Amino acid sequence: MAKVLLEMKSITKTFPGVKALDNVNLKVEEGEIHALVGENGAGKSTLMNVLSGIYPFGTYEGDIVYDGEVCKFHKIKDSEKKGIVIIHQELALVPYLTIGENMFLGNEQGSKWCIDWNKTYAEADKYLEMVGLTDSSKTLIKDIGTGKQQLVEIAKALAKNARLLILDEPTSSLNETDSRALLDLMKKLQREQGMTMIIISHKLNEVSYVADKITVVRDGSTIETLDSKTDDISETRIIKGMVGREITDRFPKRHDVEIGDVMMEVKNWTVYHPEFSERKVVDDVSINVRAGEVVGIYGLMGAGRTELAMSVFGRSYGIGISGELWLRGKPAVLKSPKQAIKAGLAYVTEDRKGNGLVLSNSILRNTTLANLEGVSTGGIFLDQDKETEVAQEYVRKLRTKTPSVEQLVGNLSGGNQQKVLLAKWMFANPDVLILDEPTRGIDVGAKYEIYCIINDLAKAGKSVIMISSELPEVIGMSDRIYIMNQAKIVGEMKASEATQENIMACIVGVRGESENAEAVNAESVGSEA
Amino acid sequence: MGANKVINFLRKYMMLIATVLVVIGFYFITNGQSLNPDSIDRLISQNAYVFVLGTGMLLCILTGGNIDLSVGSVVCLAGSVGAIIMDKNLPWPLAVAVMLVMGLLVGLWHGYWIAYVKVPPFIATLVGMLAFRGLANIFLKGKDVIVENKDFMNVFGGSDTCYVPDFFRNVGPKLTFEGVALNKTCVVFTVLLALGLVIYTFVNRARLVKNGYKVDNFLVVIIKTVLIVLVILWFGYKLASYRGIPTAFIWIALILALFAYITTKTTLGRNLYAVGGNEKATRLSGIDTRKVMFSAYTLMGVLAGFASILVIARGQKAGPTVGVGFEMDAIAACFIGGASAYGGTGSIGGVIIGATLMGVINQGMNIAATPVNYQKVVKGIVLIFAVLFDILMQMKRKGAKKKKKTAVEAVTTEEGGAKS
Repeated sequence: MAKVLLEMKSITKTFPGVKALDNVNLKVEEGEIHALVGENGAGKSTLMNVLSGIYPFGTYEGDIVYDGEVCKFHKIKDSEKKGIVIIHQELALVPYLTIGENMFLGNEQGSKWCIDWNKTYAEADKYLEMVGLTDSSKTLIKDIGTGKQQLVEIAKALAKNARLLILDEPTSSLNETDSRALLDLMKKLQREQGMTMIIISHKLNEVSYVADKITVVRDGSTIETLDSKTDDISETRIIKGMVGREITDRFPKRHDVEIGDVMMEVKNWTVYHPEFSERKVVDDVSINVRAGEVVGIYGLMGAGRTELAMSVFGRSYGIGISGELWLRGKPAVLKSPKQAIKAGLAYVTEDRKGNGLVLSNSILRNTTLANLEGVSTGGIFLDQDKETEVAQEYVRKLRTKTPSVEQLVGNLSGGNQQKVLLAKWMFANPDVLILDEPTRGIDVGAKYEIYCIINDLAKAGKSVIMISSELPEVIGMSDRIYIMNQAKIVGEMKASEATQENIMACIVGVRGESENAEAVNAESVGSEA
Repeated sequence: MGANKVINFLRKYMMLIATVLVVIGFYFITNGQSLNPDSIDRLISQNAYVFVLGTGMLLCILTGGNIDLSVGSVVCLAGSVGAIIMDKNLPWPLAVAVMLVMGLLVGLWHGYWIAYVKVPPFIATLVGMLAFRGLANIFLKGKDVIVENKDFMNVFGGSDTCYVPDFFRNVGPKLTFEGVALNKTCVVFTVLLALGLVIYTFVNRARLVKNGYKVDNFLVVIIKTVLIVLVILWFGYKLASYRGIPTAFIWIALILALFAYITTKTTLGRNLYAVGGNEKATRLSGIDTRKVMFSAYTLMGVLAGFASILVIARGQKAGPTVGVGFEMDAIAACFIGGASAYGGTGSIGGVIIGATLMGVINQGMNIAATPVNYQKVVKGIVLIFAVLFDILMQMKRKGAKKKKKTAVEAVTTEEGGAKS
């Protein structure tokens, strides 16, 4: 048995009102690749943030034992000094600096007063070779692809003398080939340098491929640790661990909602990435939604769900959009969000703070923003009494907790912000609402209330498309479910027939096929699909 | 909670308090000269352009901290064209119209580049700053052009007679206060204004109460109203004991009132705040954010044109150096008045306070015979303190909020748990 490099003992981390981590235990042996898997919001990233000192010592309970001693990290630098380096999902590279400059940013080579560029680039080249990157270290970051950038990040970590490398979703923005190369690099580092690595990933086939041990995190607790040598680590087995909970009455029931005609239909919809114009982010997608129906679109992050929704909503994302959009049985062309709103569409963004709300404005102002015509004469002169009335009505209806409608939205909690966002779009009076991750980052109580609002919308004859990466939510709330993966719709089923396993199987199924072709992972569960 | 309230109060009124303190300070430094009726009168006439340009600048700043560097040059350009027209003995209304149209054209020009071609505002208006001043110099052939049209100056405030005529001069007995004859029109106007304000405040409050809205404490409202009325009466008295209401004051009041209305009561105003607060969210709410940017710079242009009218009337000339540094006065007025350098917050009220504070400091130092270069240093320091104060207060408030939020969220989860 190898030496235990890292042990996290009964870690508990509480955010105001939420227990993000509850008595988590994690043991990582030297020289192994350890995978952390779990659904979104299960607590994986929180755990790694605790480890790297982003949440400093004292803000959590429990011990971190690293290399035999109890560690108290107060900031990232502390953990980096010990050789714990975390590579975040969002790459932290400066596009207009060279690879070499990026690698030694904050750790410049040379004397205190003068950077030794020869040494910098020589060192950089050495580490680049280690990760199998042949580009010169004098290349600008913006000139290399995302796959190579990820390798630069790893080289950068190696240059910091990393002993424990944490990779947070390293392949989420990579294509098949680049992902495979990255995983092989991980294996190579393990073999040649004895590097210890923790990988966080949603892509279970990759986890099965690369990991020695797999720890499953669910609802802020570690459920089990599987060993690739002794246990079954097939994807179905991992899913069972990840999901493993019963769907109880966490979802309010909809009674007597009549499902009407097709309200909106999208046919053969294809969208290209706005920057990498050869990449399809939505590939030949056809979906429809009826009046009074709640349609779920399930998919992991990066599957193209948001891109689909935004491109339908007045082409607010992507280029080279092709396909047909039918509204109430008639073809429609929506070239701007304004036209989309006029046509009866609403898109409730997943990124509340970035794309949804004006945080520096009041609840009142946010509520009426998408429908100022409704509270003004001639679309110019605002009727502020009416505005107040409207805002108060929605605060009451959605039970938003706030002292007054004059409260700045930036001062509200996540759940209440989400309600203001919903209020804004409900006031715009759409026929079709696209809700993108409507319950992300809000607590259980507020979630239940959001579900009730969704049900009320359906009862009022609206069509609701709910995009979510939480399986129980999709199954519990939808009438019908589309499953999306890698820019395509890979399955459609009635909610009554859906189980967590067969939805996951749809996703795995596609992967399984492509992998069988590559003859890499023979024991795929694709046959179930 | 208590501390939070104090901080919120300070944040809201700090610059007002500071202005009052500065006024009192200069009163003592200048042995009371700074509050003489003629000083008050000059305060308005000399700073008229700051109010007008500050108003336009606020619109630009609201859209996301964008500024317009060209306004000084635009004032110079439009002013020189207007002066030349009057110099050729053409009717002055034509000159006024041309100056406004020039401002409008400049605004459209900037708006187009900034909103539709996405040239950064800083660069687009820097281009204007250079080019328009050059153009003005070409028109002026490098020399001053004197404005001699009396009617023009009377209407827009420049000479000794640029006051609202005393309509009631011969009505009733002579009005004096502490031995000084008062301008009766000004007195009547002041009293009417004060009365109007009182009536509006209480009628509006009664209406709000009737409709069930939350209103301020009655006592607070009374104190506030009394204070404002006192300031109005004092101000009116000062003007009345000099020569009455300067015409420039009427123009500023009109502009400020119009734009206060636009920013608070129209969709355009709402859109300006929304774009500055979160451009993406605003676009996704179906608002044409380009049009909003375009409108902001167009209005700025028109206001710069209008400011040029006031400036050449006051200076009685147009010249190559007219308007140098005006953009900085306008920007400073906005920031001192609490506009955010990132956009989304700020108000006409803030501009009024900012412009007044700058004006008071300028004039106080002039009377106290402070060398010009020192004056600039002082103004710079005032600006950094104003902004620093705002940042500090925001940090404090966030700290207080965090504690409060923790408590609120704990309650939320409890309730949620009970429901599910």
